[in-house]
Amino acid sequence: MTQPILELNDICYSYHSLKGETDALSHISFQVKKGEFLAIVGPSGCGKSTLLSIIFGLIAPESGEVHFPHNAKNNGDEHHQIKSCPRIGYMLQHDHLLEWRTIYNNVILGLEINHQVTPEKTARAMELLKDYGLYKFKDKKPGELSGGMKQRAALIRTLILDPEILLLDEPFSALDYQTRLSVSSDICSIIRSTKKTAILVTHDLSEAISLADRILVLSKRPATIKCDIPIHLTITDTSLLASRNAPEYQGYFNQLWKEISDENHIPNPPDD
Amino acid sequence: MKTIYRTHQMTNTPLSKQEIFERTHRRHHRIVACIRLLILILFLSLWEFSAQMGYIDAFFFSSPSKVALCFADMIKDGTFFINTGITLLETIASFFLVFVIGMLFATLLWYSDKCAEVLEPYLVILNSLPKSALAPLFIVWLGTGINTIIVAGISVAIFGSIINLYTGFRQTDEEKIKLIYTLGGQKKTAFLKVVLPGSIPIILSNMKVNIGLALVGVIIGEFLAARRGLGYLIIYGSQVFQLHLVITSIIILCIIAMALYQLIQALEHFYRKKV
Repeated sequence: MTQPILELNDICYSYHSLKGETDALSHISFQVKKGEFLAIVGPSGCGKSTLLSIIFGLIAPESGEVHFPHNAKNNGDEHHQIKSCPRIGYMLQHDHLLEWRTIYNNVILGLEINHQVTPEKTARAMELLKDYGLYKFKDKKPGELSGGMKQRAALIRTLILDPEILLLDEPFSALDYQTRLSVSSDICSIIRSTKKTAILVTHDLSEAISLADRILVLSKRPATIKCDIPIHLTITDTSLLASRNAPEYQGYFNQLWKEISDENHIPNPPDD
Repeated sequence: MKTIYRTHQMTNTPLSKQEIFERTHRRHHRIVACIRLLILILFLSLWEFSAQMGYIDAFFFSSPSKVALCFADMIKDGTFFINTGITLLETIASFFLVFVIGMLFATLLWYSDKCAEVLEPYLVILNSLPKSALAPLFIVWLGTGINTIIVAGISVAIFGSIINLYTGFRQTDEEKIKLIYTLGGQKKTAFLKVVLPGSIPIILSNMKVNIGLALVGVIIGEFLAARRGLGYLIIYGSQVFQLHLVITSIIILCIIAMALYQLIQALEHFYRKKV
């Protein structure tokens, strides 16, 4: 069995303001195996994005721990884990390309920040730009590109740092439907071909079913894990459209829909 | 039929819609420029005419011909170069210092929210204070030299500049700063890669305001504590009733203000073209 690359133990987090405390996450524990594609779905505002920020380390959980056991394996001793994090790539909802930089300069932004602008890395950037049909736009400004192209450029910017875990925070939600289908199948095929571990936060159930190996359903705030559904689609083509024709698709969709809509019918807690 | 018509009468080809638009556009600009020039000429001739005919007293109101003569004299005896030069030097020095100090403070405030919160009321008060009230203090502290005048120039522009630049820095999209963190950057990286390049339009427009304010401060300073400069000439001229000297100096001031503004405008155009 593959070792988990990421392990969350009993994560709790709440937002504080003078008006009071808002519990966002309560006792979240799960593991992600190396190479696994996990989708997290849940009602909007339930703390999905907060969870990704905690995994990345942008914010610290109030209690609980985030472990990366896979990176500790060299040590041999499970109880003395090396506190080294794997490289994590984080894709945000919008591309956030900097409009004063050319596409090429946007793509190598992460390399610049990490002082990794080496000939091999820039050659790799060029290669990726070619692969995604952006090569002839490399000297253009982001304003001259379509939404799908910009999101692809943002993906290259993340991938060029060669992350072991990819966190995707609704990266397709700002795109129109057609672009979304092609960009998400692009991203999916990259993740599959490079065997990267990925965690996708989304509110689109069909996206989650067609992309992920496993889906976590979060409850309404304070979010807990409501169920953990492994997905097995008996098709070879994993594009969004093709997966809808898989015989299991409808069953999964109904199951997820039921879980999510159950959530929405729970009356609001008094502090909400 | 249309094409035949075109080839036959090359001189009188019917214009396309785009050509008509361009022609109207050019004509509009020419008309605006003409009217502007016409107003100036009309004003100058009316002024000259009234002075010649004795409708206004040329001793108090001067006249374009006297101003021209005075200007020629100033060039001949070198007073134009000395006084304009010193005013320009002081203005550019205060402008430059305002830019440097303003950027430093705004950066500091952006870095430390606590610092910004603590200093905010002080900045607001100092900004709304009429800076000419401070000039006598500067004279006592610094004497009546070029330093006092540069400090007066700085004092007029600096507080507004800090507030504007800081507000500009704060307008940076939080998500873009988050992006820098997700790529492994620190707060310093976020400032250098996102905040600063994103604020260049604000910095440029702030410079445009500052150059005008620096000139205001320098003239106030020269009114009170100078032996040279256009501000001094204006005060001196009014005291000895040489009003053509006052008016000539004011006109030179107008030209300086316009030239400095245009210089920064050119910088802005250069930046826009590059981006």
